[in-house]
Formats: sequence, C-alpha cells, structure tokens
Amino acid sequence: MIVLALASAYGFWYQRSRGVIKAKERAVVITAQMIGAPLGSRASLVQFSSAFCTPCRATRALLENVVEDLEDVVHIDIDAEDHLELVRQLNILSTPTTLILDSKGHEVGRAVGAPKREQVLNALAAIR
Amino acid sequence: MTQVKTQVNPSTVIDARGARFSAAITTAVLATALATSNLWVIVAQAIVFAIGAFRGPQFTPYALIFKNIVKLRLKSAVVTEDVRPPQFAQSVGLLFALAAIAGSITGISGLFVVAVSFALAAAFLNAAFNFCLGCEMYLLLLRARKPQAS
Repeated sequence: MIVLALASAYGFWYQRSRGVIKAKERAVVITAQMIGAPLGSRASLVQFSSAFCTPCRATRALLENVVEDLEDVVHIDIDAEDHLELVRQLNILSTPTTLILDSKGHEVGRAVGAPKREQVLNALAAIR
Repeated sequence: MTQVKTQVNPSTVIDARGARFSAAITTAVLATALATSNLWVIVAQAIVFAIGAFRGPQFTPYALIFKNIVKLRLKSAVVTEDVRPPQFAQSVGLLFALAAIAGSITGISGLFVVAVSFALAAAFLNAAFNFCLGCEMYLLLLRARKPQAS
C-alpha cells in the first residue's frame, strides 16, 4: 500500500511536470558546432531523444510540424546517446528534453517530456 | 525548416494499449508477490519479464491475453509505439525480479521487499500514468556507465 501511495504521488507530479516549458536563463551559449547543425535565424528547437523513449516520437512529429510554418525556426533532433558530453554539459537527465534557443544560441526555455503545441508556439512568439 | 536526423532507425511498432494492459496485470501480480512474499509468484513474473525482454513485449502471456481477448472488444483507435521502450522496461523488470528471487533464496528478505517494491512502483506508474521508464532511466544509466572524459 505504501509503495502504491508513494508511486501515485510521484505519478501525479510526473504527469503535471512532463512537457511544461520552463523559462531558463543560462550562461551556456549553444553553438551550431556543438549540435552539428545550423541554428535558426530567430529560434531553434533542440530536441534530445533516445531509443527507449515513446514520447520522443510524438515530440518529433509535433516540433517538425511546428517549424514547417516558420521560416526562421529550425528543429534539430539529437540522439542523446551519441552526444553524452553535450548531455552532461547541458544537464539533460531524461528524454525527450527540448531546449528553446534564441538566435544567439541562448537557452531561453526547456521542456522535459513531450511539450504541448500551444506552449511551444507561445514560447516561440516571445522570441524576437 | 532544416531537419537534422541523428535519430535511430525506425523499428517494429506494437499496440501501445497492449503494453499498458500488460503493465496493469504486472502490477496486480507484483502486488500479490509483495503481499504474500511468495517466491513462485515472482518466479512466474520473472519468466514473463524474460520473454518480454528477450523476445519482445508483444510475446508475453499478458500480451497474448490482450491480443486474443481484450483487443477484440476495444473500439478505440489503435495507438502504436516503438517496441524498444517497453522492451527496455521489461529488461529492467527482469533485473528487479531476479534480485527479488536472489533475496528470497538467500533469506535476505529486505532485498526481496525492496526489489519487488521498485518493480511494482514502475509497473503501476506505467499502467496508471503512462510512465516511460526508458525515458527517465536510460540516459541516467548511460551517464553513470560512461564516466566523464575529463
């Protein structure tokens, strides 16, 4: 019973926290070289994925769809397993984790878990 | 509009509802194992985990119940998922089940209780909250296994 109660508490927290975009102000500047792809002229959505991750697929589909209509935003999907140094440097703990970068490569937001379309659009709209 | 795909190749997909159904049965079985401290219940579950880990989660007895009985009665749209995340979860489940068996045989009942509890928590979270064990654990395992270069 205790196990199930603790698991439930964690479960509710888990469901509420996954996919929520949190504003970040980080000193680390992410360059095109670090992620192996050019950044968007206004913003970039950098997704970290792994093989054993069901929501990574849905996240990829969503973000690809979002950037389709936006000329100045790119989506970059990175296999976390192949980029462990970067994963450590950026303190990425689970997949999918999506970083929202401005044009200079500053991390302005981060979502752990599959984000919601509206939240992604709102976060992008705030970036000039 | 640039798409950079360093992602892994697409692989087999399974019915995600089946994986969740299996997690629900696993939860019940593990709860029984914990409540009764019965070695044979956890041995049976370990065999199921082993089938799921080595052959694939779509071949376990629970998955067969889903496929042959439950699925025929479901009207909701089929949701598919990559087979690898649940297969990873089955492997983790197998490790916990083996630890529990070892605890039971050697008389270390604390090990049995802790191992079954963790497996139960994971199965329950999977069934009730769609918890993705591979998402949370795999990267941490990789980070722990391959120490920092510097």
